[in-house]
Amino acid sequence: MSVATPLPHDAAKLHVTGAARYVDDIPVPANALHIAFGLSKVAAGKLVSMDLSTVRDAAGVAAVLTAGDLPFSNDVSPSNHDEPLLATDAVHYAGQPLFMVIATSHLAARHAARLGQIDIEKTDPILTIEQALAANSRFEDGPRIYQKGDAATALDQAAQTLTGTINIGGQEHFYLEGQAALALPQDNGDMVVHSSTQHPTEIQHKVAEALGVPMHAVRVETRRMGGGFGGKESQGNALAIACAVAASKTGRPCKMRYDRDDDMIITGKRHDFRIDYTVGFDASGKITALDFTHFTRCGWGMDLSLPVADRAMLHADNAYHLDNIRITSHRLRTNTQSATAFRGFGGPQGIVGIERVMDHIAHHLGADPLAVRRANYYADAPSDQVQTTPYHQPVTDGIINALTDRLVATSDYAARRIAIDAWNASQPVLKRGIALTPVKFGISFTLTHLNQAGALVHVYNDGSIHLNHGGTEMGQGLFQKIAQVAASRFGVEVSAVKITATDTGKVPNTSATAASSGTDLNGMAVQAACDTIRDRIAVHLAELHQTTPDAVEFVDGMVRVGDGEITFAQAAASAYEHRVSLSSTGFYKTPDIKWDRITGQGSPFFYFAYGAAVTEVVIDTLTGENRILRADILHDAGASLNPALDIGQIEGGYVQGAGWLTTEELVWDDQGTLKTHAPSTYKIPAISDRPDIFNVALWDQPNPAQTVYRSKAVGEPPLMLGISAFMALSDATRACGPNYADLQTPATAEAVLAATLKARA
Amino acid sequence: MDITFLLNGEVVSLTGISPTTTLLDWLRETKHLTGTKEGCNEGDCGACSVMISDDTGHRALNGCILFLPQINGKSVTTVEGLSAPDGTLHPVQQNLIDHHGSQCGFCTPGFAVTMATAHLNGATDHDTQLAGNLCRCTGYAPIIRAAQAAENEPVPHHLKNLRIPNGPKSSGGPAQPDGGRQPPQHIQPTTTDDLARWYAANPDATLIAGATDVGLWVTKQFRSLGPTAFLNRIDDLRGITDAGDHWRIGAMTTITELEAHFAPHHPSLATMLRRYGSTQVRNAATIGGNIANGSPIGDGSPGLIAMGATLHLRHGDRRRSLPLEDFFIAYGKQDRAPGEFVEAVTVPKQPDTLRCYKLSKRFDQDISAVCGCINLTREGRTITDARIAFGGMAGTPKRAAKTEAALLNQPFTEASFATAMTLIAKDFQPLSDMRASASYRLQTAQNMLMRYFLEAQGISTDIQAVTA
Repeated sequence: MSVATPLPHDAAKLHVTGAARYVDDIPVPANALHIAFGLSKVAAGKLVSMDLSTVRDAAGVAAVLTAGDLPFSNDVSPSNHDEPLLATDAVHYAGQPLFMVIATSHLAARHAARLGQIDIEKTDPILTIEQALAANSRFEDGPRIYQKGDAATALDQAAQTLTGTINIGGQEHFYLEGQAALALPQDNGDMVVHSSTQHPTEIQHKVAEALGVPMHAVRVETRRMGGGFGGKESQGNALAIACAVAASKTGRPCKMRYDRDDDMIITGKRHDFRIDYTVGFDASGKITALDFTHFTRCGWGMDLSLPVADRAMLHADNAYHLDNIRITSHRLRTNTQSATAFRGFGGPQGIVGIERVMDHIAHHLGADPLAVRRANYYADAPSDQVQTTPYHQPVTDGIINALTDRLVATSDYAARRIAIDAWNASQPVLKRGIALTPVKFGISFTLTHLNQAGALVHVYNDGSIHLNHGGTEMGQGLFQKIAQVAASRFGVEVSAVKITATDTGKVPNTSATAASSGTDLNGMAVQAACDTIRDRIAVHLAELHQTTPDAVEFVDGMVRVGDGEITFAQAAASAYEHRVSLSSTGFYKTPDIKWDRITGQGSPFFYFAYGAAVTEVVIDTLTGENRILRADILHDAGASLNPALDIGQIEGGYVQGAGWLTTEELVWDDQGTLKTHAPSTYKIPAISDRPDIFNVALWDQPNPAQTVYRSKAVGEPPLMLGISAFMALSDATRACGPNYADLQTPATAEAVLAATLKARA
Repeated sequence: MDITFLLNGEVVSLTGISPTTTLLDWLRETKHLTGTKEGCNEGDCGACSVMISDDTGHRALNGCILFLPQINGKSVTTVEGLSAPDGTLHPVQQNLIDHHGSQCGFCTPGFAVTMATAHLNGATDHDTQLAGNLCRCTGYAPIIRAAQAAENEPVPHHLKNLRIPNGPKSSGGPAQPDGGRQPPQHIQPTTTDDLARWYAANPDATLIAGATDVGLWVTKQFRSLGPTAFLNRIDDLRGITDAGDHWRIGAMTTITELEAHFAPHHPSLATMLRRYGSTQVRNAATIGGNIANGSPIGDGSPGLIAMGATLHLRHGDRRRSLPLEDFFIAYGKQDRAPGEFVEAVTVPKQPDTLRCYKLSKRFDQDISAVCGCINLTREGRTITDARIAFGGMAGTPKRAAKTEAALLNQPFTEASFATAMTLIAKDFQPLSDMRASASYRLQTAQNMLMRYFLEAQGISTDIQAVTA
């Protein structure tokens, strides 16, 4: 069977030869027009007037549109209808699109977009968490609170308590392919849109709204993205709508792609957080009470901030069983880019919060942080006591203890910790640190109705298979994994399966490829579609050969019926000739999940994915410069559909997570202008930032939950393995002095140096 | 302008090009060769990497900030030209597939080109070769595995002779519609004398050396450059010559060449220059451009100042020389007259007492928050000469005069350094920006001084030397 084999990415050969087409590579008719937005330089104010005459007169400009020129809906929001495509009267952040230029070339459009004379009556922007709290600028009426047990009483009774705060920086997605869309006008006002999006149905929906047409008049196609990471879940809406509106007005194909600086200035990023904590614990480090307050900086629009903040709360426990816990979450509205989905979707911030608490307790007790972590782990399954999460979901699939045991052994953690302590004692300037952190990540969309997927499979009468489903390919290898599922259902080679672009005309009403759900949902839908066709062929052949359908086997490209054997192609041809339908849809909805996000009670997750990482670092106490020396990872992908692709997600997720917490620093000035809007100033990991020694292994036990071939979702969870790098940096500061170093994120060299000084003071 | 070059083995001649059209835009928009990607349009991500070959070798460069005249007379290999004519994949391409080195695939063409260039050059220092190629998906590990696996595979035949036949057909000079009475607006001279004459007559012109900064004036700022002179074909402006007690470094010497030259003599300087931009940037950027640009955060000048370099300027036939540090007057202001250009910098030969410390948010391909270059001469225990220069600490690259004075004639002891450290704050009042706060800059500049002392005591201070 093709599942479980380490096949390369389906487009690997196209990637390495440059033949893989992204939106901007699609050939367009010679009369195509190009679009750029004119942006606000002011973070907050009233839009008084715009003199766009020089823009209109600039070379190559065909048209300039403002909000008043839009035919129907002026909204790009995925949630709350609060994000106009083009500003109307109020300006909400520096970078907000004010007008759009339609020109004969990308360069002409970009150039002209700089020429607008904009008069904005400035008001004081609300930029920081503290300013937003002071102004009570927030989404929802007040904070959300989830709780289990009685944290307040338990804190009063705790043997020891600690309080602290950790500031957690945001993160720019830095997908290598910037946002892009192309709209091609069709007969009768219909529109075809190519979009670099994780959510073609959302693009279809928003374009239809903007054009004032039913969704059936808009078809959206997405073959691949050059990276998404959550940044193309909702942030592509604006470009697709702009292209469609412009194409509708001009009757010409219209394309838009953001220049990198525009992309970073306009689009949302990972939410930055402040997390305050008060924790009660005993002498072993076992937590007896915990009170978290999450402050989430959402930016100016609601976008996906509520479920992001919810998921942060849902991961406030990470892999730890907590009897008495309260989590209070403030969702704050600020005059900054509207923060959006980013791999982990709030989970990483929630986990950083509790991992920080573990680190703080261990420092206070003079214990190895790993011992404190293990003292608080959920029990492995099967367990005689039912342990529940802070949102009251039983944890029935625990493996973190056994997984940690194996990783401690394979990484030689104990001996290395001793060696590191000895080394640190001998070194006046350099200090090393090591940390093991676990991950437990809940799998399912917390908005329960999104947990559905559809597929469309055709078998042609030559035995070749056309595969389509609602998931999108952003590099994660989804298409190949699902092709492996389809090939396995029919017992054919994966080369018999044609992978096709995601297309709202083939599979409707899809959910975003997000929440790590792509394979779980679409794989099951494809399996259902394939099985429908396979069963029809089996019934047909059974009738023909006077046997029962269950005696028909599909193996190695052949179909066995009784004593006979024909090729799959012959079977398909036979079915066709006997008028058997060889096309089917498939549908899947995740079972057993229910969730009330207001009360914070239920079972939002179908299962949990687990993992753990050990990272060793070295820091320079003269400058705070630091480096990852080694990382060892053991990660749970269930029964992996494709070990090579899954390991790719793990390696990449780890480095992306470590980057988030170290070199990736977003800086806004006191006027709300983003100062880090290009790779010259915003530093994602480069090749030398990967760990020198990088050992990655799969836990590779089947998922107890009934997922496709018992695999587990692997998109987001590995990002949180990178937290071990941050905790290793904190560990290194322990060698600098007696105080808790209170390391903040991102742990830039500057932050690390500040922490070493705090340790010494 | 008119240019001729080889594109994936075929001769291309273009007439009447706009001199500031980038190779990337031409490839994608005009030639519809869309394998080469735009990731940032400022030379910081490597998705647009192309291989440029000429008589001096093969180099990876960023196509997004490479103007067409810069490839005149050269051979350009894009990702589309890596595979053999029969479709056989290049070894780096095959290994990228075999080792799962692509995920979203958007950075992959750039990686493949940079890897193929390194492969052709026999370079196996992959971290250095690939520091200018960003990947957001893989975490790089499989890319390194692919590069290592390809090391010993043979260079494909079709990449063995990437020389343009018979040289370029045109020197790149413009057609002159008025019969040559007006000076040309855009030139590509082949001698420094020609440049000197033209620039003296066109003092408002923009000189373009490697275009690693000027490129962004065009791609990001839409600045009009006015008349332009492309210096890349002036052979006598390039290279390093041994002039007895000093080296003479031509203005068009690239940072790659500078790094190679100084590696045996001043390894600490070379180690820092290895972190100047990326391979692609160092292959384009020139020391003359770095100095003339006058940036307070350029990594070229502090080391040269600490070695006592002299700058040589030329205007027409007039030449003058000055200590390099005196060239930098204030932020954005240099001691350079209109029509005057950097011809060379000379560096006295000396024992290697120079240590260079670059501090940036990311180790590779990042602009310095602080660049400290310290050069102390000792006789016995006494410090007899002190030259200390910093970048990132003021509006210009600048010497730490008070700190130097505090060290001069002092014993080489921790106490002397501790005293001198306090004077950094008298020498510099740095700014806070997105790279670092003022206080961090001051603190680390001070600590760099102490690092010089500690290193001399044999104490480990280099995180790069530590292994797990």
